[in-house]
Amino acid sequence: MSTLRALAAAQAVAAGVAQPVATVRHLHLSRRPLVLVPLAMAGEANAPLAAMVGAASGEARLLIVPQPRNRDQRFAFVAELAASVLPYVAAHRGANEAVSVDRGRDVRYRYLDAPQVLVPNPAGVTFLRLLGRATRFRRTDGEYPVPASVPLLGRWLTFFAERAEHPGSATLVAMTQALSLHWATGQSAVEDLHLPALLGWIAPPAGLTGAEAAARAEDPMRCPPAGPATDPGFDNERLAPAIEAYAAAESDTVARAAAYAELEKLLRDQLTPTWELMWRAVGLLRALPAGARVAGRWDGDRDAFTAHAEHVDADGAPQPRRDGAVAAAARLHRLERAAALYAVQRAYDDPLVMAEYRLTGEAFVGEVLLADPARVDDSGRRPVLRPRIQLVTTDPMLVPVGATLSSPVRPGQKARVIYVTPAADGKTEVVLELSGGMGRGLTATPGSVPEVGERLCYTTLSEAYVPSGTFPAVEETPWTHGGPPAASPPADVPAASGGKPAGDAPEADEGWV
Amino acid sequence: MRIADRKCKIAGSGGGAGLSWRVVTSSEQRLAEIRGGLPPRRHNARTIAALTGNPGCRRRAILDGAGVDKPALAERIGFPAGFGQSRFAITRGNVFEAQVKADGGAELLRLVAERLGVPVPTVASWTDLGDGDEVAGREQRSAALLTAAVTPDASEPAALFDHPLLGLDVAGRRVHLEPDLVAARLGGRFHVVEIKSFPVVDGQADPAKLAAAAVQSAVYVLALRELLAARGLDPQLVSHEVVLVCPRDFTNQPVAHLLDVRKQVLVVRRQLERMDQLDELLAAAPADFTADPAAATATLVAGLSQVPARYAPDCLASCELAYFCRHEARGQTGTLGRPVREALGGIDSVAEVLALAAGEPVADPQREEAAGLLRTAARLRADAIGTPV
Repeated sequence: MSTLRALAAAQAVAAGVAQPVATVRHLHLSRRPLVLVPLAMAGEANAPLAAMVGAASGEARLLIVPQPRNRDQRFAFVAELAASVLPYVAAHRGANEAVSVDRGRDVRYRYLDAPQVLVPNPAGVTFLRLLGRATRFRRTDGEYPVPASVPLLGRWLTFFAERAEHPGSATLVAMTQALSLHWATGQSAVEDLHLPALLGWIAPPAGLTGAEAAARAEDPMRCPPAGPATDPGFDNERLAPAIEAYAAAESDTVARAAAYAELEKLLRDQLTPTWELMWRAVGLLRALPAGARVAGRWDGDRDAFTAHAEHVDADGAPQPRRDGAVAAAARLHRLERAAALYAVQRAYDDPLVMAEYRLTGEAFVGEVLLADPARVDDSGRRPVLRPRIQLVTTDPMLVPVGATLSSPVRPGQKARVIYVTPAADGKTEVVLELSGGMGRGLTATPGSVPEVGERLCYTTLSEAYVPSGTFPAVEETPWTHGGPPAASPPADVPAASGGKPAGDAPEADEGWV
Repeated sequence: MRIADRKCKIAGSGGGAGLSWRVVTSSEQRLAEIRGGLPPRRHNARTIAALTGNPGCRRRAILDGAGVDKPALAERIGFPAGFGQSRFAITRGNVFEAQVKADGGAELLRLVAERLGVPVPTVASWTDLGDGDEVAGREQRSAALLTAAVTPDASEPAALFDHPLLGLDVAGRRVHLEPDLVAARLGGRFHVVEIKSFPVVDGQADPAKLAAAAVQSAVYVLALRELLAARGLDPQLVSHEVVLVCPRDFTNQPVAHLLDVRKQVLVVRRQLERMDQLDELLAAAPADFTADPAAATATLVAGLSQVPARYAPDCLASCELAYFCRHEARGQTGTLGRPVREALGGIDSVAEVLALAAGEPVADPQREEAAGLLRTAARLRADAIGTPV
């Protein structure tokens, strides 16, 4: 928690409405995102109860499971969900573009667009991850066959859930997190997980303060929870009798249809408020201009989508239950790199995020007092262009002499700190020596060297490419990590734990029963 | 083992505890007044576990110590708490437990023994201690049978005790606890077995549920250890490893896991020792303090405000009075969560934070540094919202 964000929260308390903590949108928003609001049955292992799904506010489709403990009905639900999600995914496999790789020596293709799924909260992401886990290994033959769309959906849901772990990815987004990235409310992080309360703070209805709107949103009668967990009161008083009525109707088709309609109505009433909030939140986010580096990160999502689509096409194996040692280390490394880059990119895109680094002394904004754009350093073997500029800043200056800085407006140019001199009134004078990004030769291309009077931000954060680490091949897993796996079956490789293979049970008896 | 020793002495000496007995009685009376005419709400492992969440809250210590009906109290003062359990969850939990314990616990015995890495015994005794209405009798019976299970004879078969009733002194009152199962003489020790219906998928469970189960089991371990210590037996005969039995993946098949609850045992014991000082907390509370739901709302609110709470957002998940405390604490940085409060230099009041950020003079020299940071933060924030980088 940065002091800047904490201050915004304090200001939100005083103002009675959420305060911005970003000036641009740090997240790609698809033209037609697929909003998915799942509900789960209490007490069961991730058993679906209902879902509302659709790619536009007016295209809500309600799916329900009238008897969530019934295995066949669960898979029928998953198949119905697949009938909504898979065509949406497929619709993004239209045109593609060539991307050069390996310094132009090769070329690969990626789809021009990718699917984007929005769920209300992180618990929704967990629900989809577990739903993917419960379905991707299902068989279409054998004792309990399921439609082919069920394991396929499972693989896509797993793909989405894995992307959701990837910092900066917008493939599967929890709405509460997307909103918290842009606004600070006057309530705690725990309370921000409740989408209605969070939106109450960000956009309170007329005549109410954010705090009042949030308090109102906590009443489950007025504002049903955004799932996947349902309100226990609703379960006990409304849902349980309706499910019993449906079960009691048995073969009486008229009674059964009536009971089904009643259940559908109940669940629709629980889901519709969240559905509407989701689209309101989409509207709020869309109103923000996208950050400059958002499109670049979406390219990464499109790459991942293309790769997974090709993997599925090529009859590749479903994602394993657990990563092996090497795959886990590589994944962790990938996530860490993504997290670091995402933090830098957000700061570069957004002065309000950069302000957090200015407060901690990792960045400063100053005005150029003097500039020597033609300075040439001829002390080396051959002369090089090394202009110097002097800035004055009022920010706390903790950057040491010799540090290399860069500026968001000139990311290709490095600036080395030569002198740091405290001046009057708490100001600091900084002399920087510039290199790179000024064209070839000993004269800087016009505009490449900051001019006197320019206000600039310099920071130790760098977008520069960091080569990724190398990892051993699976068969060379070091002994510290359990050594090479004994036998490596090509498909799902369950990591051995406690001497007993984790996935030893046959597939058939491990689905919902 | 300090607490256990002390308990042992009181239990053993009887007459020598006259003075403390009187103190306990007067506190009892006082607590009964606070509670009103109602019988005390019983603590259970879950409420004891919840104590560890916010140990510094005096209001909670006194109300829980008195066994006040907090849901009724919260309702009465206009801040009803939305605590409740879905009947689907309750049904599923009961069905799973019954399934696991079916056939005299044969399957359960195999699971537990395999997980402990000991040979699965061919015979084991099964004692159902869950029956009988009379609490004191049940506790005595459980205590007698459990302690009798300690034998030096290694050839004795393993013994499983279904729903034994254990006792624990919480704030000077006997509290009764009912673990799902206690396994004796497996691997030479007692093991608390807890049956939960949340799934373990690919070896991973919901972290929050797992943490709650660990604390709850630690309470049972503590109670069982005290029982042994009170009978002059070695409390370390109770393993710090608890066997957690959960459904595996998305099936109903049970799977056993070991949970090391040493840390939780320490934490719970520390909280219980703190609760023993309820007398001191009572002395600091106003003499006419009452939480009797029958009293007038204004009296209740006025009384509660005299007993300081320490509200934190975590309270919302574990204390029925949390919504009242949150309302009371509005305008305090603590309501935004501890990380926010710390990031604001530990200053309590939102108004003071904003005043310092706006550059108002600092009254307290200790706040100088925090004030400087807040002023800079406010300047940078204004600067960033107004101008591009």
